[in-house]
Amino acid sequence: MSSRIAQKFDELKGRNERALIAYITAGDPSPARTVSLVLALERAGVDIVELGVPFSDPIADGPVIQRAAERALKAGTTMGGILEIARRIRQQSQIPLLLFTYLNPALRYGFERLATEAKEAGIDGCLLTDLSVEEADAYVKGMRDHGLDTVFLAAPTSNARRLELVAKYSTGFVYLVSRTGVTGEQDQLPASVTNMVQALRAQTDKPIAVGFGVSRREHVEALRAEADGIIVGSAIVRLIEEHAAADDLERRLERFVRELKLGTLTPGNSESEMLVHES
Amino acid sequence: MAPLEELEIAYREARSDPAFQVELNDLLRDFAGRETPLYYARRLSEELGGARIYLKREDLLHTGAHKINNCIGQVLLARRMGKRRIIAETGAGQHGVATATVCALFGLDCTVYMGSEDMRRQEINVFRMRMLGAKVVGVSNGSCTLKDAINEAMRDWVTNVDATHYLLGSALGAHPYPLMVRDFHACIGLEARKQILEKEGRLPDAVIACVGGGSNAIGAFHAFVPETSVRLIGVEAGGRGKAIGEHAARFSGGAPGVLHGSYSYLLQDDDGQISLTHSVSAGLDYASIGPEHAWLHDQGRAEYVNVSDEDALQAAVRLSRTEGIIPALESAHAVAEAIRIAPSHAGEVFVVNLSGRGDKDLGIYRENLKELDASE
Repeated sequence: MSSRIAQKFDELKGRNERALIAYITAGDPSPARTVSLVLALERAGVDIVELGVPFSDPIADGPVIQRAAERALKAGTTMGGILEIARRIRQQSQIPLLLFTYLNPALRYGFERLATEAKEAGIDGCLLTDLSVEEADAYVKGMRDHGLDTVFLAAPTSNARRLELVAKYSTGFVYLVSRTGVTGEQDQLPASVTNMVQALRAQTDKPIAVGFGVSRREHVEALRAEADGIIVGSAIVRLIEEHAAADDLERRLERFVRELKLGTLTPGNSESEMLVHES
Repeated sequence: MAPLEELEIAYREARSDPAFQVELNDLLRDFAGRETPLYYARRLSEELGGARIYLKREDLLHTGAHKINNCIGQVLLARRMGKRRIIAETGAGQHGVATATVCALFGLDCTVYMGSEDMRRQEINVFRMRMLGAKVVGVSNGSCTLKDAINEAMRDWVTNVDATHYLLGSALGAHPYPLMVRDFHACIGLEARKQILEKEGRLPDAVIACVGGGSNAIGAFHAFVPETSVRLIGVEAGGRGKAIGEHAARFSGGAPGVLHGSYSYLLQDDDGQISLTHSVSAGLDYASIGPEHAWLHDQGRAEYVNVSDEDALQAAVRLSRTEGIIPALESAHAVAEAIRIAPSHAGEVFVVNLSGRGDKDLGIYRENLKELDASE
């Protein structure tokens, strides 16, 4: 049985198009708003949404996503509340949803309970930034038993043996971190990212998505040749932060994200471009 | 993971390299001031009329606390690994000062992350680090204390991992840190074991140490773990109440969880968010506890109790006035537990690890012991 995430990559491959994966922190600025933000992302052409589950101590995140987590926690966001958000999104959308969080919130909720309830809520997979593959057996089994994808991070410091392990434990796609460091926007992507994708490609046939520091259309275009998916987080979260009080937040978000999505299309492929513009 | 694997390999090589051990031991002796005395606290013991209390005088080490043991070890390791930049977190400031000191000794670039609340509580240590040439970066996230400083140090490390060694100062974090930090402090218990045999002709009945992350305690306990006749007592911060946020008693108030790469007892809410903590002592308010302590606890080998802010303050005054030793607030928690149980253990011998001296805490003592200023 192929997951929504895998199906999405297959479908895009058929159109020679890359996946645009958008991260938002669930519950920022409020749990209720997250549903309409995800629907806006979908309208703008986003292919997969990472729903960030806020954690009090997000060591893999830079200041933008740290602040989002603080706002979300202050707004009363919980794991149970986020699964409820997912249910409400599922009533209106089939966009693939990936939970993105840290080990402790998942551990505390219980892997088995999380897998059961997440599946029932319409979640498609999960990524725990601070869980290494060496320690992941119980978690992976819990998720797989319920047909959920498990995505792991490959880092610039990962050697070939590690890349192989990360790819082996990942389903749906493998998340390649573009640079050493935490999440956050940057002016330029490191030149080494091409080699890193190729090194990972040598270990796996699974889709490879690149994230960390990707924030502009030209970054997306630069990655289009190598990566199957491109992940944008902080730039989107910052836009939400800056316009949280605005009535037209969703419209602004759509405008920004549609521009990113255009970067995933093959130049001259008018059919794909039209899909994005119309939707 | 790659930097942790690199560190583990380098540490294993260093550990079995006689040249590394010789250099380490020379510095521990000539620079830090080991071995430290095991001192019989006669007046305190006689006043309590019970157990004979010995103090392991880590407070006499250079920089004023046990922290220097681990800093010398890890800086020597960083040099072997070719890392020219050292980063560290600090709570009470003792680990930061010790790190800045050893970096100055070796001419290494040093950055210390410290919670803004801790910078306020321990301002003299902030200045001390700056005088030693270190850069002190204030962290104003979350609780503005140790765990937030660790978060920021970890973010720095993953960003600048090529040239940087993260000198973690407690027996926590991901492997190999808890093992390595324990090893570098194991000299405390090894010396104490030898010294008590010389002085009393037998092993102690109890070894008592305060536990924040747990570095001084694991160092004091380690040599005694196989000696099952010796009670190992870790003392946590009981703070000012039993409600969550009012203390840092991880064993009685926490549940298993993962923070900073260790699976241990953790103060957290039902959603796995890390709880705020409180202690009058900046060195004891970490929301988790070193994983080896969790193991010793679950094995039933060590017992963990907690002592309130007030009892720790009173113990500090009592030790000052009976022995002429002003302890660090952290160590005062261990002293308080010894004072509590000594009267009912006549004929027994206690070793209390006096992990640090009280100079850094004079401001807090003064704030909390106003009656002393008014007593003239």
